[in-house]
Amino acid sequence: MKILLILVSGIFVNNFILSKFLGICPFLGVSKKLDTAVGMGVAVTFVMTLASAITYIVQYAILNPLNLEYLQTIAFILVIAALVQFVEMVIKKTSPTLYMALGVYLPLITTNCAVLGVTILNIQNEYNFIETIINGAAGALGFTLAIVLFAGVRERLELSDIPKPLQGFSIALISASLMAISFLGFSGMI
Amino acid sequence: MGKFKNFTNGLVKENPTFRLLLGMCPTLAVTTAALNGLGMGLATTVVLIGSNVVISALRKVIPDEIRIPAFVVIIASFVTIVGMVLQAYVPSLYSTLGIYIPLIVVNCIIMGRAEAFAFSHPVFDSLLDGAGMGLGFTMSLTVLGSIREIIGAGTIFGVQIMSSGYEPALIFIMAPGAFLTLGLSIGLINKITEIIERKKAVKEDELA
Repeated sequence: MKILLILVSGIFVNNFILSKFLGICPFLGVSKKLDTAVGMGVAVTFVMTLASAITYIVQYAILNPLNLEYLQTIAFILVIAALVQFVEMVIKKTSPTLYMALGVYLPLITTNCAVLGVTILNIQNEYNFIETIINGAAGALGFTLAIVLFAGVRERLELSDIPKPLQGFSIALISASLMAISFLGFSGMI
Repeated sequence: MGKFKNFTNGLVKENPTFRLLLGMCPTLAVTTAALNGLGMGLATTVVLIGSNVVISALRKVIPDEIRIPAFVVIIASFVTIVGMVLQAYVPSLYSTLGIYIPLIVVNCIIMGRAEAFAFSHPVFDSLLDGAGMGLGFTMSLTVLGSIREIIGAGTIFGVQIMSSGYEPALIFIMAPGAFLTLGLSIGLINKITEIIERKKAVKEDELA
């Protein structure tokens, strides 16, 4: 039951982008086209789930026994950077087609605050191992949902007549605001 | 004069928030009140100055190939220090900013300045650049925080300024208000820039 709760909360109620403001840079940066948004979403889902699991082990097997909790930020960001690099190499070797699709997004993920954010939140909320992985996956799916929906909206915006000062990021942010309002509707669910 | 320009660059011309659109996550997340914006801005400024100075001082020692991991470690160290200082001296701010303090590490402004400026410029110039960018960021965050606090709560820095009949528009301190305020502010700045540039063009025409 708790797992279902974490899943729904991560995807809809506490959506990473629209209510926690994590991962805004890729949200605004790579949401101009629908297919790039899908690619970014898949790459982030993959890395976030894996990063959740690994940082959990780092925290409870290395940092806590050695009383090094204050090194959490440094340790986690290094784990994520190494992980992203590793995933990139593995994908390149095993599936060139997937690499062609995701390649450009992978390096960007290191500086995606959603990844570091979810790993720190997992520890703060004192989730166990299974809940940690579910929370990572749910957060990432929420991210994917938001970025894909937003890309659809932006593709339409390209074709509409918008006052000049509002063109570009300005109107994109205003549309994001309307999306956030509609996501507020989920807040009664839990 | 040249040195001074390093400082003022970040304030207006290359303002990280409104011009370069860097560091959006903290910008949107913590500007629910003017004070939070100011606190976040200053914390980022301290990290930015520190990392710029250290990276610039070590720029001849760090090999080119592994500069990104080196930057990350330096930045993360400063973030940890700032986090600990805040926790010890301003615990209330520490708990409001919460998870966004460790997330200063992945603020693109800091990484961006390390890569674009500090790694290729002397220490003192990097210090000025860090201070200018940091203050530009602080300024934008405080302005956004003030707008949202005035409309959403009727106060600024916690002081009541709207009359008691004012019904606060709560939506402005919730998530959608963040996107809306930033979007409209950028639109407004674009409009102002356009007007200034048009006036400049008219003046040049008259001279010619």
